[in-house]
Amino acid sequence: MDFPLLSLVTFLPLAGAVLLMLLKGDEAVVASKSRMIALVITGATFFLSLPIMLGFDPTVTDFQFIEKKVWFEQYGISYHMGIDGISLFFVMLSTFLTPLCILASWKSITTRVREYMIAFMMLETFMIGTFCALDAVLFYVFFEGVLIPMFIIIGVWGGARRVYSSFKFFLYTLLGSVLMLVALITMILLAGTADIPVLMGYDFSPELQTWLWVAFFASFAVKMPMWPVHTWLPDAHVEAPTAGSVILAGVLLKMGGYGFLRFSLPMFPDASEFFAPMVFALSVIAIIYTSLVALVQTDMKKMIAYSSVAHMGFVTLGIFTMNTQGIEGAIFQMISHGVISAALFLSIGVVYDRLHTRDINRYGNLAKNMPVFACVFIILMLGSVGLPGTSGFVGEFLALLGAFQVNTVVGTIASLGVVLGAVYMLHLGRKLVFGPKVNDDAAAMTDLDLREKLIFLPLIVLVIWLGIAPSYVLDRIAPSVANIVTQVTPVEEEILQTPELELTPDLKGIE
Amino acid sequence: MDGFSWILLSPLKQEIFLAVVGMILLMIGAFRGNTSINFIMPAVIISLVVAIIGIFVGDWTAIDTLSGMIIVDGFSEWMKILILSGLAVSLLLSVSWLRENAMLKFEYPILVLFSGIGMMLMVSSNNLLSLYMAIELSSLCLYVLAAINRDNLLSTEAGLKYFILGALSSGLLLFGISLVYGYTGTLSFASISGFLETTKSMPYGVMVGMIFMLAGLAFKISAVPFHMWTPDVYQGAPTPVTALFAIVPKVAALGLIIRLITGPFELLAEEWTQIFIFISVTSMILGAFAGLVQNNIKRLLAYSSIGNMGYAMLGLLPSVSAGVASVIIYVSIYMVMLAGVFGILMSVKRNGQSIENIPDFAGLSKSSPFLAYTLAALLFSMMGIPPLAGFFGKFFVFQAAVAGGFFVVAVVGVLTSVVGAYYYLRLIKVMFFDASAGEFDEDKSLSRHLVVVGSLAFIILFTVMPNQLLNQAMIAASSLFP
Repeated sequence: MDFPLLSLVTFLPLAGAVLLMLLKGDEAVVASKSRMIALVITGATFFLSLPIMLGFDPTVTDFQFIEKKVWFEQYGISYHMGIDGISLFFVMLSTFLTPLCILASWKSITTRVREYMIAFMMLETFMIGTFCALDAVLFYVFFEGVLIPMFIIIGVWGGARRVYSSFKFFLYTLLGSVLMLVALITMILLAGTADIPVLMGYDFSPELQTWLWVAFFASFAVKMPMWPVHTWLPDAHVEAPTAGSVILAGVLLKMGGYGFLRFSLPMFPDASEFFAPMVFALSVIAIIYTSLVALVQTDMKKMIAYSSVAHMGFVTLGIFTMNTQGIEGAIFQMISHGVISAALFLSIGVVYDRLHTRDINRYGNLAKNMPVFACVFIILMLGSVGLPGTSGFVGEFLALLGAFQVNTVVGTIASLGVVLGAVYMLHLGRKLVFGPKVNDDAAAMTDLDLREKLIFLPLIVLVIWLGIAPSYVLDRIAPSVANIVTQVTPVEEEILQTPELELTPDLKGIE
Repeated sequence: MDGFSWILLSPLKQEIFLAVVGMILLMIGAFRGNTSINFIMPAVIISLVVAIIGIFVGDWTAIDTLSGMIIVDGFSEWMKILILSGLAVSLLLSVSWLRENAMLKFEYPILVLFSGIGMMLMVSSNNLLSLYMAIELSSLCLYVLAAINRDNLLSTEAGLKYFILGALSSGLLLFGISLVYGYTGTLSFASISGFLETTKSMPYGVMVGMIFMLAGLAFKISAVPFHMWTPDVYQGAPTPVTALFAIVPKVAALGLIIRLITGPFELLAEEWTQIFIFISVTSMILGAFAGLVQNNIKRLLAYSSIGNMGYAMLGLLPSVSAGVASVIIYVSIYMVMLAGVFGILMSVKRNGQSIENIPDFAGLSKSSPFLAYTLAALLFSMMGIPPLAGFFGKFFVFQAAVAGGFFVVAVVGVLTSVVGAYYYLRLIKVMFFDASAGEFDEDKSLSRHLVVVGSLAFIILFTVMPNQLLNQAMIAASSLFP
């Protein structure tokens, strides 16, 4: 395909951001104009990204929509973009969630609206770019670039402890990433190119793989986030404005998982094999421990944040099972979590906008005065719990299926996490939506308005559609997952081949 | 050698041109007094630009002249372009500042010009004698510049401090030169490396001499452990002079160091690599940690510059062409970023007073969003966050270090860059997150805006089309490794 569709989708939001910078006029006019422009541009980006999904050929295992241009000619670094089944849905998730974020911030953001929209559009460019980049340095550029707008979003429009949270977010992620940078440089020097498809095929010595794997792990585990380096996430979520939380939970967390799938597994299969037990242990701890932590939270956002860590535990578990079901489950879980947790943060934002508190004890009996909201919230809650028929079920089920094949103990303990997840989510739902009436201002809150309904409608549809017909997604990720699985399990192939090899001398002897 | 011929001077066209211009302007200034600065300043800037253009279009093939005292090659020419551009930019920055602060002294641009000639000779020197002479020419001008605001206590203190410690470093350098001369019997770079090549047992005196010379030069680039003067001089000197100090002399001194370690001391690589590892690691660590507690932005930039010299030296460790190229790229990008930062620093004023304390920057994003966002972009770039140019500068020096097998040093480098990120972030936080600390004056200086916009455009455009600069750096570096 000659038309640079990926580049267009990636850089259209950036162009929109530049357009916003040029706006002139007094503050109120600029604010309303920037809202409109941001919505139109991000909306257009979403519609432009649809041809990517529709034109994606699920039978091809290789990268598609490839673009390649010279960038740093002497250093083997090129502008190389392309997607496969793994990145496709993350790109879609980014383009899908950003307009919703703009809509969600329509009324709640009143100061420095233009800057806010610029930050979000820059963020969108970096997010899409991260998932499309097929050059390691290009990937790093986008991956790290995300920090700048996110730092500003949390720091400027965040809550009371926003400075602390934004610094923690920035420095934590940066610390992990710079180690990855050193590893990347090493790999580029060895392979002579930064091209990801080439690096995937390059044989790094097992000893070196260990070091490289650890360096990449430092970055992705923080981004994921995995226990015990997850502590920046609750802080960032609590302080970030609603839309910031949505993007954080919906897309940014997926960069870690995507990184594992794009780099760690295919490039360092031996090291991944070696470290898998450690990852299992950390994942299981994350699932159980953070679920318990979520259980005792009174801050609703914090509760969802901890539940995110637990859900990401299933993702890392699934990825490092290194079998088809596990990895497919992990990817599906990421997509589903991207939708559900984004929607959950949005619904917390809805009640926060009305009552300006996230304290769970201040709410109750919302089913009475906010029936539509109650319905939406219950669907999302059940999705998060992993009820069959919602998207949450498919991912968790597949990931656990993969885990049981590898290690029954790990699988069993992780399954307990599903129960714990149900405990705190049902607790939240009972308190918020049902339960007794706690105070008058909560009882006086108005139901969703048209804008809010419009935001939730596509999310609810997705949650249910993905739950009922997961095959659309699974069909498209399957070839790429199969690719990874063959790459990480050369050992098993050898075992399969050995009998044939033994046969040959025998045959010769007979002859 | 045979007799003198005017042809021998032709590689030094630019230096001679600038010297003549400088002397004519000095005469004009001496007879017309301080009011003539309105003519002298633009004249100096224009002649600097003319010299830059002259170098650009000139011949870059390696040639040595004046009995091997001076060498002109791709490396020296590119470094001269950097030096002259840095000087021109720092003068552009100072035009309005000098007027606003009633410091219209006609000597200012002329001193800058003469120090520039010294620095041009530094990167062109091919002999220990011309090296020393060039260093002294530029240093003496810089000592005076640091104290040019002579009614100000801090400025005179800065000038004195810089002079005393600078003289000490010159002494160290001279002592080193004498040792090298004594043990090798020659002053010429080529003969020194020839001596080291043929000698069977390397005399320790040469090594000690080299160490003394590197110590003297480490002082000039403010690398640990010879960094103590930097914060005080940065803080005390008038801001445009600080900008000059931060942007230019270090590049020249670094150029000289590169010339020495790839030329006469190439065979002592094993020895100086150890020194550089130490200097680089300690500079990076000190620059990162000491910067954390600074409240004065000029002191902060001083510590940041110490750290940045540490990063630049990473690229020198492997002693290969690609490494030198990475250093050249690094300092080129670093100079541009600093020019922008200082431009903004001089633009931000309250009640006609420049602001130097970091908390006073609070609310800048509200009253002058353009300056605040540009400064934020420049600071993110200095942190090394992609997609800004600063990231690629760091990337290439780290790549050079890793390619040379200096993993641990590179890891220390990336870790300290995270620590250093904190103090840049703090500045951004003050500008964007904190409540305003009062109104700021509107800045009307066109020349400053020009520099700031140019700097911003560079750090963004470099990412899009980097190859021009990279190729230049490669050409410059490869001329050192024939």
